[in-house]
Amino acid sequence: MERRRLHLILTLALIAVIFLALWWADTHLGEFPLRVARTGAIYVVAAVAYNLVNGITGQFSLGPNGFMALGGYTTALLILPLQQKQFVWFLEPLMWPFNSFSLPAYMFGLAVVLGGVVGALGALLVGIPSFRLRGDYLAIATFGFGEIIFVLANNLIPLTNGPLGMKGIPEYANVYWCFGAAVVATLVVSNIANSSYGRAMKAIRDDEIAAEAMGVNVFRTKMLSFVTSGFFGGVAGGLLVSLITTVSPTLFTFGMTFNLLIIIVLGGLGSITGSVFTGFGFALMSEVLRVVEAPINIGALHIPGVPGMRMVVFSVLLILLMIFYRRGLFGQFELSWDWVLSVLRVSRGVQEWKRERKTESS
Amino acid sequence: MTLETFIQQLMNGISLGSLYALIAIGYTMVYGILRLINFAHSDIFMVGAYFAFFLVAVFRLPWGASAILAVVLTALVGMIVDRAAYRPVRNAPRISALITAVGVSFFLENLGLVTVGARPKAFQRPDVMARVIPIGPAAVSGVSIWVPILSLALLALLLFIVYRTKVGMAMRSVSTDIETTRLMGVDVDRVISYTFAIGSALAAAGGIMWAYKYPQINPLMGIYPGWKAFTAAVVGGIGNITGAMLGGFLIGLVEIMTVAVLPSLSGYRDGIIFTLLLIFLLLRPTGILGEPLKEKV
Repeated sequence: MERRRLHLILTLALIAVIFLALWWADTHLGEFPLRVARTGAIYVVAAVAYNLVNGITGQFSLGPNGFMALGGYTTALLILPLQQKQFVWFLEPLMWPFNSFSLPAYMFGLAVVLGGVVGALGALLVGIPSFRLRGDYLAIATFGFGEIIFVLANNLIPLTNGPLGMKGIPEYANVYWCFGAAVVATLVVSNIANSSYGRAMKAIRDDEIAAEAMGVNVFRTKMLSFVTSGFFGGVAGGLLVSLITTVSPTLFTFGMTFNLLIIIVLGGLGSITGSVFTGFGFALMSEVLRVVEAPINIGALHIPGVPGMRMVVFSVLLILLMIFYRRGLFGQFELSWDWVLSVLRVSRGVQEWKRERKTESS
Repeated sequence: MTLETFIQQLMNGISLGSLYALIAIGYTMVYGILRLINFAHSDIFMVGAYFAFFLVAVFRLPWGASAILAVVLTALVGMIVDRAAYRPVRNAPRISALITAVGVSFFLENLGLVTVGARPKAFQRPDVMARVIPIGPAAVSGVSIWVPILSLALLALLLFIVYRTKVGMAMRSVSTDIETTRLMGVDVDRVISYTFAIGSALAAAGGIMWAYKYPQINPLMGIYPGWKAFTAAVVGGIGNITGAMLGGFLIGLVEIMTVAVLPSLSGYRDGIIFTLLLIFLLLRPTGILGEPLKEKV
């Protein structure tokens, strides 16, 4: 019990430190670095949730873009100001009840959570076939789900405004909302992963039939993994549309899933720590790699900029990772307080030992 | 619906379905042998169409020669993809192979976007394909007649290769039991390489005929035909060549008839196909002709 209390205190202290750092960043950093940081935090929310299904439960899902789209549209419909709604739906009127209200800024949290709930409901729908489907078939089913969402978003004009999407969504997603969601998602997912449910998920990943024989309720466990993942996917989608202030079907195409796949594979399938680090890393890399897309002048040599080069680099990276560095940066390693404390203690011990040897030899 | 439009739509559905069947066979062959969904197959389809386009537009080859050369080149691309990306992960966990396949697919699409640009290109089609031919009361375009005929010829050729030649025998053997086949002294990697070549060649033929049918090509053109063909492979029973053909025609007819009977739903046609896929996966995941899955402990 003593250890758990220590860990709790350390976690709370870390959260306090993070928020002090955010407060400093919010008041001192410029708009651009903050934007990258917020994007990174949103990637962390989505990637950690995705990793719960793909890395920890070992079910190859290709549907997080669908969950994010559900959350994104829900949040957008809830927070878009009434005036803007009239302006956006000029061909066909927006359907009831969304045409009669709009949530104010202080209810943004509620809108995002509702987005998460809708994402979770979507996950429940996909989760039902996941009971019967294994491996590749699940990948197809989840991909199909993402595509169905895309088709619906394009065609349900009274609800989504079709291919045009919505403009002028208020930018409520500041650093506190984004990082708050990232912290909550990481804590919830890592707690699930370390609970008995998490062990059941890992058992399913390693051998589904053996897990079932050992009394794991495979359906319920997969469902828990899916629904949690869908919820945070929806939350990430809600934050994202508020960050970039627009939403359209093309925002949530398969490319979004691909980005998340890169993040969780690079960080290590099954490592939440890895997803957190590479989530931020990916947001940063996306900006850094804009260099490849910009025109380059080396002396007399002129290389014209090639837009889209980033995605080529990312896909090559993914293939190379799979061939040469399958475990990713962190493998299945998790950063834990026990590990941090033991490292600190060991290093202190080594230092003392060195000091003693020095005094002995001199 | 009048008889006239019905015949027209039926021909449309059959020609679309035969294209789906051609692509579906590539999926089903690779899946039957490697148990891998080759996500890149739909992009190989696009590569084939682009080869044909450039051979006509840049090298001024006649359309017949360019089509044949494009098929050969695309078969080579398929073999290269297998050698460069899939062979290194052959003994890796299934999920790694799947992720690699997704990576290859995304790589080909984005390489296409970077090199030839996102703007669709107008595909020059031969007069034979564009000409309108009267059949009874209906007027049908040449494409709707020639595409199914060519596709059926290619399918017959494929069935001959698979069931009457030594390579085909090796392929069937690898798909039944890869380890035992290896023990019998068959060079399994080479057989897999041939499989990719044949599958890619069929995809290329499909891509070129697709471009004859819808004469506009872009680097993302493969995605939807690819997924519908994949649906066809699953509906027919994945791993089963006859099933893929059946599934292809079924999906093509369902798609065209949905649009013809209920034009108001035409925006949802892709969604309807994917819903059909989900229903099939739930009710009969092994498809019409597939054998029930055995659980290996």
